[in-house]
Amino acid sequence: MFWREFMRQCVDIGIGSFGIVFIISLFMGGVTTLQIAYQLVSPIIPKATIAQIVRDTIILEFAPTLTCIVLAGVVGSKIASELGNMRVSEQIDAQEIMGINTKGYLIRPKIMAAMLMIPCLICIAGFLGVWGGQKVGELSGILSAEQYWQGLRSDFKPFNIFFALIKSFIFAFIIASVPSYYGYNVQGGALEIGKASTSAVVVTCILILFMDYLLAALLL
Amino acid sequence: MIELVNIKKGFGEKIILPDVSAVMETGKVNLIIGSSGSGKTVMMKCMVGLMPVDQGKVLYDGQDFTNMSDHEKKEIRQQIGMLFQGSALFDSMTVEENVMFPLHMFGKGTLRDKKKRVMECLERVQLKDAAKKFPAEISGGMKKRVGIARAIVLNPKYLFCDEPNSGLDPQTSLLIDKLIKELTLEYNITTVINTHDMNTVMESGDHIVYMYQGRKQWEGSNKDIIFSKDEKLNDFIFASDFLRDAKEMRQLEMFQESNWRDKLKKG
Ligand SMILES: Nc1ncnc2c1ncn2[C@@H]1O[C@H](COP(=O)(O)OP(=O)(O)OP(=O)(O)O)[C@@H](O)[C@H]1O
Ligand SMILES: [Mg+2]
Repeated sequence: MFWREFMRQCVDIGIGSFGIVFIISLFMGGVTTLQIAYQLVSPIIPKATIAQIVRDTIILEFAPTLTCIVLAGVVGSKIASELGNMRVSEQIDAQEIMGINTKGYLIRPKIMAAMLMIPCLICIAGFLGVWGGQKVGELSGILSAEQYWQGLRSDFKPFNIFFALIKSFIFAFIIASVPSYYGYNVQGGALEIGKASTSAVVVTCILILFMDYLLAALLL
Repeated sequence: MIELVNIKKGFGEKIILPDVSAVMETGKVNLIIGSSGSGKTVMMKCMVGLMPVDQGKVLYDGQDFTNMSDHEKKEIRQQIGMLFQGSALFDSMTVEENVMFPLHMFGKGTLRDKKKRVMECLERVQLKDAAKKFPAEISGGMKKRVGIARAIVLNPKYLFCDEPNSGLDPQTSLLIDKLIKELTLEYNITTVINTHDMNTVMESGDHIVYMYQGRKQWEGSNKDIIFSKDEKLNDFIFASDFLRDAKEMRQLEMFQESNWRDKLKKG
């Protein structure tokens, strides 16, 4: 039963938010390229540098943080309202009465699924972002595909990927656990479910940004 | 047997159950009756431990349930079946999966056996056809019946039903009453039912506790109720003219019956 619940959550979190991640990462990459090209006007700086900056911004910040902020809204509100609804309609009580450890049964699969799927989503977001940047760079005539690839390869630090992954695991944990807490402890009716899911998303976002700062300060 | 010993329960300032003691007998259908808001649901939730009591204790066959460790509580709970007032079906699962859920969690045996057991239970509540539907697709009364099927699927030792037949038509309602009574006798279950359905009271009330504003106002069986002099109870049970007439008829009947019996004995 645990595995079934875990798989269901994986599908919900992974496949369910793939669409939005796909769209935001493409645009994120494209817009980053445009803006960096706009700021780097000096003729001494080679075009390839644009790609280099796009790569690092996306890997270090945009793919993990921006995606997770969006996922906090998409996944977080879903988790909070699902658990809130189960609480209010006494489904959690019904499981409790059967002798089930409801916290373990309901929350653990969510956290585990999030910690498996969200880092995957963030990797995909990273690739798509870099790819989107290349396409936009080429289509708008800023730099050619060759220049872009050359920029991508120069001065590449594998640690940045590691850093992004650390971030994504920590954010994934926050995205699943904070809304679970709010949803699980809802008291009252439908109105309170809405309130709980709003607070859950707000707190999740703030925590993500705070952890983002802390990790950057500690690890970079 | 479930004993409630001096249970006190309140929410903040508001005291719902000031001091309730009662005994729920094994092999009998124990009814808790009372008007809306009299604290029936709260009392039942205190009994199963969903709401912590402020004072007093609940004993399951002599074991103090209130002060048990979580582990011991779990063991007792696996012998409890409960139907909630709002059914509390899991809405991400079909009817069949809902009934299957306790079996998956705690049942032994093969998937085939479990499926058979689920179908058996659904058959008993006459819902075999709805097995593949989701809770959102069935009526309120059907949800109640699925809830009952889910509560009985593990053959519980203690069965709690919070208003099993509110929202059901009289025929289905009787069917459910009969089912609960049958199960209670068949497996010697300690059954506790919250209700304000007069049919249930008259048909299956082996042991009735009447709650009035959080206090136990009256206690007895459905035979006693006919002759009870308790004013509040009479106002509650025989609320309409129709029911008052029915009561008088029944009194007369029982009176005549006992007269006949006396005569037969003498003659
Ligand atoms: N969680 C709660 N917080 C505060 N008050 C509550 C809570 N649950 C119940 N009450 C109060 O307890 C009282 C008894 O409620 P309860 O649900 O036990 O009534 P009931 O006898 O089951 O009524 P009904 O027949 O309508 O179901 C009500 O006045 C209700 O307002
Ligand atoms: Mg009630």
